[in-house]
Amino acid sequence: MSNVPGDLKYTSSHEWVRAEDDGTVTVGISDHAQDSLGDLVFVETPEIDRAVEAGEACAVVESVKAASDIYAPVAGTIIDANSELQDSPELVNTDPYGEGWIMRIRIDDPDVLEELMGADAYENLLAEEGED
Amino acid sequence: MLQRTPLYDRHQAAGAKLVDFAGWEMPVNYGSQIKEHEQVRSAAGLFDVSHMGVVDVSGAGALPYLRRVLANDAARLSTPGQAFYTCMLNEQGGILDDLIVYYLSEGRYRIVVNAACREADLDWLQQHADGFDVRVRERKEMAMIAVQGPQAERCLGQAVDARLESRLGALKPFRAVETGDWLIARTGYTGEDGFEVMLPDRTAADLWDHLVAAGAVPCGLGSRDSLRLEAGLCLYGQDMDTTTTPLESALGWTVAWDPEDREFIGRQALAQQRADGVQRRLVGMVLEGRGVLRHGQALQSESGAVGEVTSGGYSPVLGQSIALARIPVGDDGPWTVDMRGRALPVRVVKPPFVRNGKAFID
Repeated sequence: MSNVPGDLKYTSSHEWVRAEDDGTVTVGISDHAQDSLGDLVFVETPEIDRAVEAGEACAVVESVKAASDIYAPVAGTIIDANSELQDSPELVNTDPYGEGWIMRIRIDDPDVLEELMGADAYENLLAEEGED
Repeated sequence: MLQRTPLYDRHQAAGAKLVDFAGWEMPVNYGSQIKEHEQVRSAAGLFDVSHMGVVDVSGAGALPYLRRVLANDAARLSTPGQAFYTCMLNEQGGILDDLIVYYLSEGRYRIVVNAACREADLDWLQQHADGFDVRVRERKEMAMIAVQGPQAERCLGQAVDARLESRLGALKPFRAVETGDWLIARTGYTGEDGFEVMLPDRTAADLWDHLVAAGAVPCGLGSRDSLRLEAGLCLYGQDMDTTTTPLESALGWTVAWDPEDREFIGRQALAQQRADGVQRRLVGMVLEGRGVLRHGQALQSESGAVGEVTSGGYSPVLGQSIALARIPVGDDGPWTVDMRGRALPVRVVKPPFVRNGKAFID
């Protein structure tokens, strides 16, 4: 059973979103996502100051198994990306909700966060997708 | 229902991630593919390869039969225990499978075939047995365990009895020793020293446990794939299949042209292709930048010629992506790969990429 922290929001494409106090969000991929991908070998993070739409592909993770797009969970502007992942992509595997964060977004409309899944809904999604 | 090997319980207990591989429920990793890869390069890893097909070919006609159905010449196997790698071809020279043949004793051979090909291979082998005094028998009750890496000899030595241990050191690459219903071969698919042990299902878990106790670490099919790719070894179904010949797959060295009067299946087509000039070849490639080459990606030369990545992946030893690729003969590039819509430069190299745990390319 993968780890689904209760204080985060989630997307159906397996990103997690943490609302920070300053009106920004931090984004990464869930424990379930990193486990499905296997060892990560490259992470391509988005450019700072890029404007993104909700659902827009803006980062790529390459694992031993496959390449996967990471989608912006909310519309906004990229204000930071995790440069540690350049040399240490495995942080996404070892600490997906902490040091393995991928990007930070200044959110256009904070209300949209309420539209994302909570932990319970995400756990239900994982159960539906057949995780034991 | 997927088939399970006699080691299935061991894989579950060790926390393996199990996947469907050619109809078998097999471990792809036990946590980290890269750690397992590094374990084999630096110490010893343990693989359950019981899904592979073990087929015994016996009878007074076994040798002439194998000389007919295999592109390499079984007459070259003169000493019991000797083995070689070969392709089995159709009449068009297309590769039906690649396999290892072990010469056990006069009139007794064992071949080991790919899991995905075993049924088609057996049909083919039976079909072509007509007219030969030969018996083709699949040994479904056999398991197969590979222990690979610089510490493989020590681990296997500790896992078997003293009488056997003393014989391992003397075993040369591509040699095997038959002892009771076990066959211990110094072969593998990782580019490292190591052994493959064929043994009855009922004894497989016991050997597995002894190997783990000796320090060999269970490794999944994921690392097996990245290890063979670094070693420059072809994977059937990706790098070659019935639409490609050995000459187009960097496997010309496995075709025994001499003696000229040996009419193996596919010989005429291969000879014709050789006379006409081979148009395509299989090469190694390295991606200079970040990203991972993958099976099926399109390649383009400055000249406009096209090619295709047949096997791609990440090389833990090189820290970059490597591939096997099929390109036209005589086009020196430079080549680029289409990676998700971007053209990235790749460099053509001669495999293996890694030897003895270290980078082997410039």
